[in-house]
Amino acid sequence: MIEIREIFTQVEEIFHEFGPPPAKPLKRGAVCAVLTNPFAGRYEPNILPMMEKLNPLGLEMSRRLVQAMRVETAAIEGYGKGAIVGSGGELEHGALWHVPGGYAMREILGGAKAIVPSAKKVGAPGTRLDVPITHINASYVRGHFDAMEVYVPGAPAADELIYVLVMSTGARIHDRVGGLRAAEVKGLDGLR
Amino acid sequence: MKAKIRKLIVQVDEVRLEMGQPVNPPVRKAVAIAVIENPFAGRYRDKLDELIDIGEELGGLLGDKCVEALGIEGSQAESYGKAAIVGEAGELEHAAAILHPKLGVPLRKAVEMGAALVPSAKKVGTLGTAIDIPLGHKNAAYVRSHFDAVEARVSDAPRANEIVVAVAITDGGRPLARVGGLQKHEVKGQDGLR
Repeated sequence: MIEIREIFTQVEEIFHEFGPPPAKPLKRGAVCAVLTNPFAGRYEPNILPMMEKLNPLGLEMSRRLVQAMRVETAAIEGYGKGAIVGSGGELEHGALWHVPGGYAMREILGGAKAIVPSAKKVGAPGTRLDVPITHINASYVRGHFDAMEVYVPGAPAADELIYVLVMSTGARIHDRVGGLRAAEVKGLDGLR
Repeated sequence: MKAKIRKLIVQVDEVRLEMGQPVNPPVRKAVAIAVIENPFAGRYRDKLDELIDIGEELGGLLGDKCVEALGIEGSQAESYGKAAIVGEAGELEHAAAILHPKLGVPLRKAVEMGAALVPSAKKVGTLGTAIDIPLGHKNAAYVRSHFDAVEARVSDAPRANEIVVAVAITDGGRPLARVGGLQKHEVKGQDGLR
């Protein structure tokens, strides 16, 4: 059921955005898997069997992303996930990624507490998706509210899906609009 | 370093299946991108030496980033290419100054040879402009299976006073190459062509 055609990784290292460069640059990374949509072209009422089969892919992608970013898992502070569904599929096929993508990252990152923010859409090859990012242990950390634009050139074809995971190593590069700070996180409820 | 780098991006595209056929081993293309300040934005300068030196720095930095991202020895790299997108306060010649005089030598060092011309593309563009980086075999420009391209794009660059510089390195040709021509095992690698 899970047939992967292509894996695309991208890592950004941001030194400044026209302000004073902080001592530690920010890294943001994305991993995208392009796979065959087994439900393309028809309405399939029972799509849940695919969800569990995506668990190993979620773990493989999480590990691959941390490796591509060349950091320890302890350095990951933000995350997000997303899906782009080819034109022969429906949005609901993208929703299959919520559980396996989210839980895989939380596991790899040592039991992260916060909900993993997400975005999804149906699109043509080359469609771009803005994947939201928030702090891994406390959704309200304002400095870590961010997003990363991702796309895979030439994908998804009509009968394909793209599943995406995104991680970051810190706050926005010139974070200065206040709110809850990462240092103040209690990390009990996933929110603060 | 002369280059004022705002951002570095490294991406790897790994193809395992094409038209349902397994690609064994998978073909991987790495692209490393630097977003730099254009020291000559907004004015005409006759001498472009500063950009030429920046090109030399970036050839080594981005070439090494690609090889590292592929996790291979430089000698295992098969094809390469380069490209630049100049923000609107600059001119096309700024891209030429970075890409052509000095970028090639350190790039060839990163791939441990490179007898062939490094194929290139350039344009003036704005935030999110995409460029297709042409690819060719590093030792023999006529290897038909390695004629290819890979797309590069940075969503928030180039700003008007910036330049996006990209280098691409692969560990193989097109996924299911089957249109004949010179094969990689036939390469003599002396004249850069065959």
